[in-house]
Amino acid sequence: MLEVDGLSKSYGSVRAVRDVSFTLAAGGSLGVVGESGSGKTTTARIILGLERPDAGSVTVDGHDRSLRLGSVRRPDHSERRPDRSERRPDRSERRPDRSVRRRGRAERLRLARAVQIVFQDPFLSLDPRLSARTVLRETLKLHFPDLDHARRIAELLDQVGLGEREADALPRHLSGGQRQRVAIARALAVEPSVLVLDEAVAALDVCVQAQILNLLADLRERTGTAFLFITHDLGVVSQVTDHLVVMRQGEVVERGTTAEVLADPRHAYTRLLLASVPRPPG
Amino acid sequence: MSAVDPIIHRPVLAGLRTGRNRLYLTCLAFAALMVAVALAGPWLAPADPNASDLGAALTGPSPAHPLGADAAGRDTLSRLLAGASASLLGPIAVVLFSTVAGVLVGVTAGWFGGWPDTFLSRAAELLLAFPALLVAIVFVSLYGTGLAAPVIALSLAYLPYVSRLARNLTLSERRLPYLAAYRVQGFSGLAICVRHLIPNIAPVVLAQSSVNFGYALLDLSALSYLGLGVPPLTPTWGSMINDGQSALLQGHPLSAILPCAAIVLTVVAFNVVAEHWADRVSRRRG
Repeated sequence: MLEVDGLSKSYGSVRAVRDVSFTLAAGGSLGVVGESGSGKTTTARIILGLERPDAGSVTVDGHDRSLRLGSVRRPDHSERRPDRSERRPDRSERRPDRSVRRRGRAERLRLARAVQIVFQDPFLSLDPRLSARTVLRETLKLHFPDLDHARRIAELLDQVGLGEREADALPRHLSGGQRQRVAIARALAVEPSVLVLDEAVAALDVCVQAQILNLLADLRERTGTAFLFITHDLGVVSQVTDHLVVMRQGEVVERGTTAEVLADPRHAYTRLLLASVPRPPG
Repeated sequence: MSAVDPIIHRPVLAGLRTGRNRLYLTCLAFAALMVAVALAGPWLAPADPNASDLGAALTGPSPAHPLGADAAGRDTLSRLLAGASASLLGPIAVVLFSTVAGVLVGVTAGWFGGWPDTFLSRAAELLLAFPALLVAIVFVSLYGTGLAAPVIALSLAYLPYVSRLARNLTLSERRLPYLAAYRVQGFSGLAICVRHLIPNIAPVVLAQSSVNFGYALLDLSALSYLGLGVPPLTPTWGSMINDGQSALLQGHPLSAILPCAAIVLTVVAFNVVAEHWADRVSRRRG
């Protein structure tokens, strides 16, 4: 399904990602955990094709994605860089690779159907001018021009638990949780093999977080989409993932099933992460 | 939410707007009237705008001259109506061309970055280095008088203001994850720019363009004052103000104040209409 093999990426002298490999089975759920700057968001962006790896490959359903993709500017996520002060201006960041423009429509659509993303910030990941319904219709028109759009939109909205009012409201009239549901519906509309959730619940309050996590667990069961959770929150990971990869300073330091890693962490860093999860007293 | 709203809210104008858009409708009507006058002005004028009736020179409103006459005895109303086309169509053309071309250049530069950005931005800065009027005078001397040469020259001179703004807005907008999301969804760069990026930066660009309209009107008036661009006998609001200067000193301000008022009201009306359209495009009020 999703195979990440020997991924490396440097920004100037900073090695953001070093020889990262992991696999995600069809319909599986993998957590990539680490603190800010551990390279997990860079890894996600390479998987999405928004960044080009210096070395290594990303394969989804047997198709190698990493070769054809170029980079566009990255959204301003706070934790994408190990160390901002040491970073030199990176030319590839300003200059999208030529292959981006050369790759055709069919190729773009194929890549989109392999991997979709839900971003961290629900306030910035939706076009402020468009309602959920419009957003979904646009995506469906692009990917499934022959489909009965109204029916599929109703189905998607129902899947993510949005009502008629929310469907026609602009993003600024929706709460953070509702916006994140719109973003999830938009990603699912493409019917991707893999859904990357880049800190997708980090910006939400605990109660809404739980709702969204339940929704995601439910959706995984229903749609068979594989989930890749990028997060710093081990609490989130324990609820929704089967397998776990712990990253630190661009490297994978521990991996295993979620239950194993959480019960018996081998690496000192994992133990540190576990110890820093807030628990109710007593 | 303020996080996604790139526009600074202006409480004063918002207060004016709340009256069921009365201000907008008034301004729209006035702007439409001005455009109609600009198109039909020469046929609407009750008298020949250049005919002197020396007996009526510097008189106030009278049945023969509803808005009075200037120092040369020319009918002010006729000159206002006949001057509207040269005074308005020029600036409108300048704004249209500079906005369309400026957005094209600015978004291209901001979206691609790298050498297209360097090339386009340096070229725009080169244009910016020449004063608008100087460019216009050079064009007039090369291509002769008439409205076309100064309009093209001013369009070029105003282009960098729009393109620089569009480029900067593009740079800040493309950092937002919603554009990355569309890319991940498989939309082409062109589709993302046309359907999402440009509509989202449009309000600010249109605000700049509506300001440019005022400047273009004044610049074209200045050119007609210099006797460039518009042929000498064609009345324009700019040349009317200039002609009215002496009348103003002699205590008969009407022939100078009316074209001033026409310019100010027109610029304000166009600004309000442009701002309203910009709001609609960005759906800030939705």
